[in-house]
Amino acid sequence: MKTFIISSFLLLLSTFFYAQTELKGMIMDKQNPKDNLGVPSATVNWLNTNIGAITNKKGWFTIPYKKEYKQLIISYIGYKTDTLTITNLEPIHHFITPESNFDEITIKTKRDAVQKSLFATANTFTVNNDELLKAACCNLAESFETNPSIDVSFSDALTGTRQIQMLGLKSPYLLITQENVPSIRGAAQAFGLTFTPGTWVESIQITKGTGSVVNGFESISGQINAELVKPFSDNKFFVNAYGSQMGRLELNTHFNERISNKWQTGLYLHGNYRGQKFDNNNDNFLDAPLANQINVMNRWQYTDAQNGWIGFINVRFLNDEKQTGELNFNPETDSVTPTSTLNGNEIWGSEIDTKRFETSAKIGYVFPELPFQSFGLQIAYSNHFQDAYFGENVYDIQHESLYSNLIFNSIIGDTRNKFKTGLSFTYDKYDELVNTTNFNRKENALGAFFEYAFDNLDNFSLTAGLRIDTHNLLGTFLTPRLHLRYAPWQKGVFRASFGRGKRSANIFAENQQLFASSRQINIDDVGGNIYGLNPEIALNYGISYMQKFSLFHRKADLTFDFYRTDFTNQVVVDWENPQEISFYNLDGKSNADSFQVEFNYNIAKGFNLRTAYKYFNVVTDYKSGRLQKPIQPRNRIFANFSYETEAKENNSQWKFDATYNNIGEQRLPNTNTNPVQYQLTETTARFSLLHAQITKLFSHKFEVYLGGENLTNVQQNNPVLASDKPFGANFDTTIVFQPIFGRAIYAGLRFKIK
Amino acid sequence: MKKIIFVLSLFLLGFTTQAQEVKKEKKKKNAKITMEVAGICGMCKTRIETAALKTKGVKFAVWDVKSHQLKLIMDERKTEVGKVQKNIMNVGHDIILEKGKKRVATEEAYKTVHPCSKYRDKKIVLEHEGDLK
Repeated sequence: MKTFIISSFLLLLSTFFYAQTELKGMIMDKQNPKDNLGVPSATVNWLNTNIGAITNKKGWFTIPYKKEYKQLIISYIGYKTDTLTITNLEPIHHFITPESNFDEITIKTKRDAVQKSLFATANTFTVNNDELLKAACCNLAESFETNPSIDVSFSDALTGTRQIQMLGLKSPYLLITQENVPSIRGAAQAFGLTFTPGTWVESIQITKGTGSVVNGFESISGQINAELVKPFSDNKFFVNAYGSQMGRLELNTHFNERISNKWQTGLYLHGNYRGQKFDNNNDNFLDAPLANQINVMNRWQYTDAQNGWIGFINVRFLNDEKQTGELNFNPETDSVTPTSTLNGNEIWGSEIDTKRFETSAKIGYVFPELPFQSFGLQIAYSNHFQDAYFGENVYDIQHESLYSNLIFNSIIGDTRNKFKTGLSFTYDKYDELVNTTNFNRKENALGAFFEYAFDNLDNFSLTAGLRIDTHNLLGTFLTPRLHLRYAPWQKGVFRASFGRGKRSANIFAENQQLFASSRQINIDDVGGNIYGLNPEIALNYGISYMQKFSLFHRKADLTFDFYRTDFTNQVVVDWENPQEISFYNLDGKSNADSFQVEFNYNIAKGFNLRTAYKYFNVVTDYKSGRLQKPIQPRNRIFANFSYETEAKENNSQWKFDATYNNIGEQRLPNTNTNPVQYQLTETTARFSLLHAQITKLFSHKFEVYLGGENLTNVQQNNPVLASDKPFGANFDTTIVFQPIFGRAIYAGLRFKIK
Repeated sequence: MKKIIFVLSLFLLGFTTQAQEVKKEKKKKNAKITMEVAGICGMCKTRIETAALKTKGVKFAVWDVKSHQLKLIMDERKTEVGKVQKNIMNVGHDIILEKGKKRVATEEAYKTVHPCSKYRDKKIVLEHEGDLK
């Protein structure tokens, strides 16, 4: 009996021991504690061993145990890794916390408003929300005022539309994307930037030189990507009101709401209105158009970090109306058409009405077990209608566009060698009415791309991409792109890039200001596929050197950039005859050189200086000979000073910002054949512009700002040529080289609830 | 007595089956492994990750400056933890095992690390802690 007891005791001990060699536990999500749901497929392993387990559907795991094992590591993609010390074998219940990006951002409290990286392969920098708040910044077009790499100019004397340029080339040669989907192109080229309200923009990434092959073949001199605010990260409620001396009123509101753990939605409303007429230069023409805009966007964001899925659905609608022209123009009674017979008493006026509908969806999947592998699908559809007349001229355009891109990301061997590959399909349908002529065109392209990125994790990285597209009008062609980065010593980095771009020029949409003139339209039909013209092809290459250093114990950096764009073929826009505008294919040379030196310095705590000098040489062989591009300064000097006081505990703070631009001489289009009173000088004089803004934060909820645009009060005195005879042969609003509106003060407020 | 032997053998059997189960652990193509590596700064991070990634078979390596945890994804058919640890030690970083045990990098390897990465020097560690705040 005794032996029996002992043996059964030992037997029990044995089973006991056996049971003891396994540890059980449950892993749960701290963000979602209520439901008591476990996290499936989390990894659990003993430190320094390869003994591990994966949690089951309910979040439970069982892991072999030996008493040498003390430290249990719990990891899950997108969550913080936790290490637990195991002292006994009681089942454990452990909550893991998401490794959210926002935590990381709040730790780094003092990010620079503009971030220039030493590590990115391409010459890219990020402009974040802080920087965007420095300028009046009512829409994307105005977001670049404080940025030395992008030049802002005016397109025409009537609409006051801002045009942006990079490396001496205007926006059609840039690829402007919204969350990596090409957005401002085609019919939206002229006013598209004004259709994205500034408060919707979360950050902007600017890349000099040809961009990535992933986003298509169109970009030539650079890429600008705007990331919009996201329902998960944006404030729960936000309102911004703005009013300016120029009679412009704006209102922005954001509402973000969590629908479930995985779904979040945001509704963003923008309205702007200008009902007041101004004619400060007494030319009987409005200095700024009467305008109103309603812009509504609804976003849905889906995040399932556990399974690696993320998604976005966007729907957006825009209605924009502008009226400009003579002061007493009444669209009801005074509008004329290309076929009207004029009696000489007409009043010149113009209306531009735009409606745009956009929807897009994005799906991304990160393999939970392989954080370096993912795929993404982007689909976007837009339909853009513009109805417009300018005096006698009519320009209507409808542009329907479909964009789709499938991207797969992974590695070759290890994460030093990454690649992206995928397929894209795009479709664009244009219907244009130019006075009495219809231009219709359909474009579709199917493309495949492969982009390889190497990084030795030290001083060298490269991105090499190649895509092949077959396009119904542009043919089948290859687009190579290359970016290199080499850091020869500490905090210094050389970058080089090379790439090719090809595009069809939308001659009317991109040069819409031509309609507000008496210029005759000439197109040199060479039998090409796009308005009888051939597509534009350009090579862009450049080098850049950046050195960060410390000067009197304060951070400083110095950058030199040199870029050149060589057009193999270009659609030349020739303004040299004041009675005509001509479009023809390049015969000869056309290139744009740009050189920039930038120096940034943190003078004292909270006090930053940013300066740049830029030199441009943009030369094209026109029919009349080789000329500098008109209305393009060859020299520009830029300076931005910003100062902010240290934030108090309640977040109250002052911010001061001033931007100075010195714009060198500009060659004007030839006006020699005009009657003397309508002739302009050959070049314009150098002038300076100054903008400034003061922001007062009262708390993290409420802030007000007061600013002034064009404080030096520079005004072009004759923006409208022959304003006395708008239906005559010399009427021209296209030669604008200075601001039309003088000094303007504005003020606004922002209120937000997190 | 016989019974005791029988019971003891059962007891042993329990252990051996357990041990066999551990051995059976399949060599995974994408095995996730975590270990603690001594270090203090961003430079250490680059050095540790590079050393790990340079080991053939290691696909992914992230070292966390705060927790000192190195997360790896590696192909167990091509490499083993020991090899990765050796490569990390060769660039001068110690592997911290449980109970305060270490696999220590040689003095020679340690000498090659940048002065600001001297994680064995308490002064420098303290300086970095100041940075974190």
